[in-house]
Amino acid sequence: MSLKTFLRLCLAPLVAVVVAFFLLPMVRLILVGATGPLGLSAYAAILLEPRYRATLFNTVVLAAAVTAATIAIATVAGLFLQRHRFPGRALLVALLTFPLAFPGVVVGFMIILLAGRQGLIGSVTAALGGERLVFAYSIEGLFLGYLYFSIPRVILTIMAAVEKLDPSLEEAARALGAGPWAVHRDVILPALKPAFLASGAVAFATAMGAFGTAFTLATNIDVLPMLIYTEFTLSANIATAAALSVGLGLVAWAALATARSVAGRTVAAAG
Amino acid sequence: MRREKAHRAARASGSLASLRRRLVFAGQLLFTLAVASFLVVPAFLSILAGVTANYFVGIRSGVTLQWVVQVLTLYGDTIMRSLVIALATLAATLLVGVPAAYALYRRGGRLSRLIEEVITLPLAIPGLAIALALLLTYGGIPEFRRSWLFILVGHVVFTLPFMVRSVIAVLAAIDVKLLDESAASLGASAWRRFRDVIVPNAQPGILAGALMVVTLSLGEFNLTWMLHTPLTKTLPVGLADSYASMRLEIASAYTLVFFVMIVPLLVAMQWIAGRGRPNGERR
Repeated sequence: MSLKTFLRLCLAPLVAVVVAFFLLPMVRLILVGATGPLGLSAYAAILLEPRYRATLFNTVVLAAAVTAATIAIATVAGLFLQRHRFPGRALLVALLTFPLAFPGVVVGFMIILLAGRQGLIGSVTAALGGERLVFAYSIEGLFLGYLYFSIPRVILTIMAAVEKLDPSLEEAARALGAGPWAVHRDVILPALKPAFLASGAVAFATAMGAFGTAFTLATNIDVLPMLIYTEFTLSANIATAAALSVGLGLVAWAALATARSVAGRTVAAAG
Repeated sequence: MRREKAHRAARASGSLASLRRRLVFAGQLLFTLAVASFLVVPAFLSILAGVTANYFVGIRSGVTLQWVVQVLTLYGDTIMRSLVIALATLAATLLVGVPAAYALYRRGGRLSRLIEEVITLPLAIPGLAIALALLLTYGGIPEFRRSWLFILVGHVVFTLPFMVRSVIAVLAAIDVKLLDESAASLGASAWRRFRDVIVPNAQPGILAGALMVVTLSLGEFNLTWMLHTPLTKTLPVGLADSYASMRLEIASAYTLVFFVMIVPLLVAMQWIAGRGRPNGERR
């Protein structure tokens, strides 16, 4: 058997699996999206129908806010952890990255334990004489949940980027009289831009599509994954659910594709 | 006299700068600790709640394993099913993914790039959309729809890119083409080269990919929630169920069981990632 034939045999199962269980279903999803009473304009309805547009807007704003907050937090912590060596540092890094593999539902439960009806924040505010503060099941709770699963991913990317910074650039800036703020503003942060874009896109795409956390927390929050789920299961509005899923997939894919063309490597969403 | 004054001023500004540095350090440390506690405290609370007799009363109500026992009786089947699906997913990604990674790397070229691109798409597209697509395409076949194999298919599509890319990364790092060609020049057949040269050399990538695949499959919810039936619930599906309908202690004990399953895998992954770096430093 020639090498060429052998390599073809090696590839055949993969191609079969991907065509049968990914490509064909995705084509079907796109087609079903156009089978509703609206036909192809079901796709336009995502933007034109006020309810769908409002949900899409909510989801994009929430995902963007989570991305911005995560990058800010992860940059401060990541710069600090990469620049200083102190006892317990390795443990701190491990603690900051261990939720990486938590499924969205578990993250939702973590937020319930923090801000739910029997949550820590509620107990503390009640003990301090105030009202029992409960916000797990609101948009603030969802924000916190998305923050929870974004921080570990973004911190890892930023720490790796900080490690690769050229220290001589900072030294040069300092020798030229730049203060700590100026060095950060003009040297360090611009150099980290690719890492911000790459990890930001992952955080954004993940937050857009995150279903598990929203499912655990959202009794009444309008985000796109929940809308798709309710359209599909409760309203049996299959064509709309399909059209919305295609739209969601496109937004998430576009965010990651943009990031990859900037950062030059494949980035993945999860959660 | 004047010199002494200048000296004192310089010393004061020097100690001011070092005080400032220490304050900045303390501020950043506090901030980082706060972020870490945001992540760790709820996980700790859930472990605590899972072994507390009555969480509302607090830990003084006693430490108990009764909730864990209840979880094992109530949800034992979901735990077993998740383990079976994770191992089946692993077997499928090994059988399909490892030879494919070798072929994609060895062939190179535009078509291989395209295939790699396509199999990576499930990482960018939300699980909900993939699940919906699978339901619309194969949901009409009742025997398939009702079986756990339906969930398996979703998990394989979702985890396959991790295995393939992890193996390709190792193959690229060790210049496997040279090894392959030297083995061929000694007269080894393509199959023997794959078995005796490629697979042993790709082992670190296979191991890292395998850990990733099992971890992801055990925790997968977005696809599985749509694909499961009442008779094919997995652990994360059961978790969502317990979060919605069970008392906090049971939900916590269930989460604790999940942590016990997942944490060794995470530790192994970090250990492997650390071993791959020259100074043993974790990323």
